[in-house]
Amino acid sequence: MTWSLFWSNLANAVSLGSLYSLVAIGYTMVYGILRLVNFAHADLLMVAAYAAFYGVLVFRLPFAISVLLAIVLTAGVGVLIERRAYRPLRDSPRITAMISAIGVSFLLENLGLVLFTGRPKSFPVPGFLGASTDIAGIRVTNITFVIVFVTAILLLLLLYVIHKTKTGIAMRALARDFDTARLMGVDVDSVISLTFAIGSALAAVGGIMWALKFPQINPLMGMMPGLKCFIAAVFGGIGNVVGAVIGGFLLGVAEIMLVAFLPSVSGYRDAFAFIILIATLLFRPTGLLGEKIGEKV
Amino acid sequence: MLELQDLRVSYGAIEAVKGLSLSVPKGKIVALVGANGAGKSTTLRAISGLIKAKSGKILFEGKDITNWPAQKVVKLGISMVPEGRRVFPDLTVYENLLLGAFTRTDKAAIARDLEAVYRLFPRLEERRGQLAGTLSGGEQQMLAVGRALMSDPDLLMMDEPSLGLAPVLVQEIFALIKRINESGKTILLIEQNARAALELCDYAYVLETGVVALEGPGKELLRDDRVRKVYLGEQ
Ligand SMILES: Nc1ncnc2c1ncn2[C@@H]1O[C@H](COP(=O)(O)OP(=O)(O)OP(=O)(O)O)[C@@H](O)[C@H]1O
Ligand SMILES: [Mg+2]
Repeated sequence: MTWSLFWSNLANAVSLGSLYSLVAIGYTMVYGILRLVNFAHADLLMVAAYAAFYGVLVFRLPFAISVLLAIVLTAGVGVLIERRAYRPLRDSPRITAMISAIGVSFLLENLGLVLFTGRPKSFPVPGFLGASTDIAGIRVTNITFVIVFVTAILLLLLLYVIHKTKTGIAMRALARDFDTARLMGVDVDSVISLTFAIGSALAAVGGIMWALKFPQINPLMGMMPGLKCFIAAVFGGIGNVVGAVIGGFLLGVAEIMLVAFLPSVSGYRDAFAFIILIATLLFRPTGLLGEKIGEKV
Repeated sequence: MLELQDLRVSYGAIEAVKGLSLSVPKGKIVALVGANGAGKSTTLRAISGLIKAKSGKILFEGKDITNWPAQKVVKLGISMVPEGRRVFPDLTVYENLLLGAFTRTDKAAIARDLEAVYRLFPRLEERRGQLAGTLSGGEQQMLAVGRALMSDPDLLMMDEPSLGLAPVLVQEIFALIKRINESGKTILLIEQNARAALELCDYAYVLETGVVALEGPGKELLRDDRVRKVYLGEQ
């Protein structure tokens, strides 16, 4: 492999890893607080991509406005899912909520198929993002840089919120003990809503950037990335935000590099994530940064 | 200040509190003693809004606060040191204290109360950056008390603050309760350590299976034959 090919693969790997990180955070935050795998999280990528698509091509809104509205809408959908599908089951066995999550995911996917048909649509990529830049003889599309840059900013913002604001501290407290958090005066329902809003907004940004990077969208577009991001969250240590970021990043980089260095196994690209999952569960079930997450008190 | 009228609380089919009435006058220390499972913790949990009362009334400063959500109860000026401390283990000491002031917005007043808590427990200030889960049991208890004080409550409820502490520390905790009371806070105290509680309190209620079996000024109950036999283990 030539150096220039290596560098362009690396740029690609880093941007895919960033996308995985963004989406993995939503899984890990919800799991941390509710001990629930929010299967519907994957489909929010699709919701956001279609919302932006319709904003630009049907409602003729400027690209930036469409993206902003799509993020807000997706956050709203995430909050609504929690209200309707998970909150009524909060005191039920975990498995019940899990089944509800799978149901919501099917609902969104099939709603997508009915509303948008299964035929892929091409996502409108603004000229600037689709163009490439030459750096020392290596051509990299601009969206690659934008993905890494946007992800980095959002991650820093998120870490600030979680560690430095009162609400963030309340979120972390809630991940341990609902009742005692209530005693402190924390409104548990609204902090959970906020958690869903943040996770869903990050998934929306991820979904839209995904559509910019791979500009064919379809109603099932979230499934495979969603699964991989869930795996990334488990790999990083589910419940741990930094773990999800590292897990997503490593998974994305490893996936691209595997294909780059061993083109003969490129057909197994998607299987790779599952091998990581199995290995994690076998050898380090708590993930890279995870500690034992006990039953909640 | 606080008044319970015929309070009933159940867990499913089990009725844990069966028509409890009591009152806590402003500025006093009132103790709630009784055997395991008598319904002491359940009573406090109902007052603080963690569980719903089935019937009866909870009045605070004359206001009916029965079944108010917990966050409104805290705002009103009632806070609790829960049974078993329940500090947040993966938050730092400082973050735990800050959460205690979650409903407050006046930054200057919060900073003042933080200073006051650090003066009360210099140990907590030394360890403010340490994760609460790595504190010793006694330190965690101090943190739980400090955290409850951070909401600047008028009424402080403590559920077995001396549980699991070495005798020296138990004495310290009781001295501390007295100091907190003298600083102007009304206290509702649950204790297994009946003698110490009765000596400290102004008034006490003895609970038996969800109802008040006996009540009176602490010093009088200390002389009561039944109390001495059942709760103080004397012959
Ligand atoms: N979550 C619960 N579900 C069902 N029953 C409960 C629950 N919590 C308490 N109980 C029952 O309610 C009764 C009163 O319990 P409570 O915790 O109020 O007792 P307590 O007086 O605080 O006892 P202790 O001194 O042991 O702390 C007990 O019989 C207990 O088994
Ligand atoms: Mg108890």
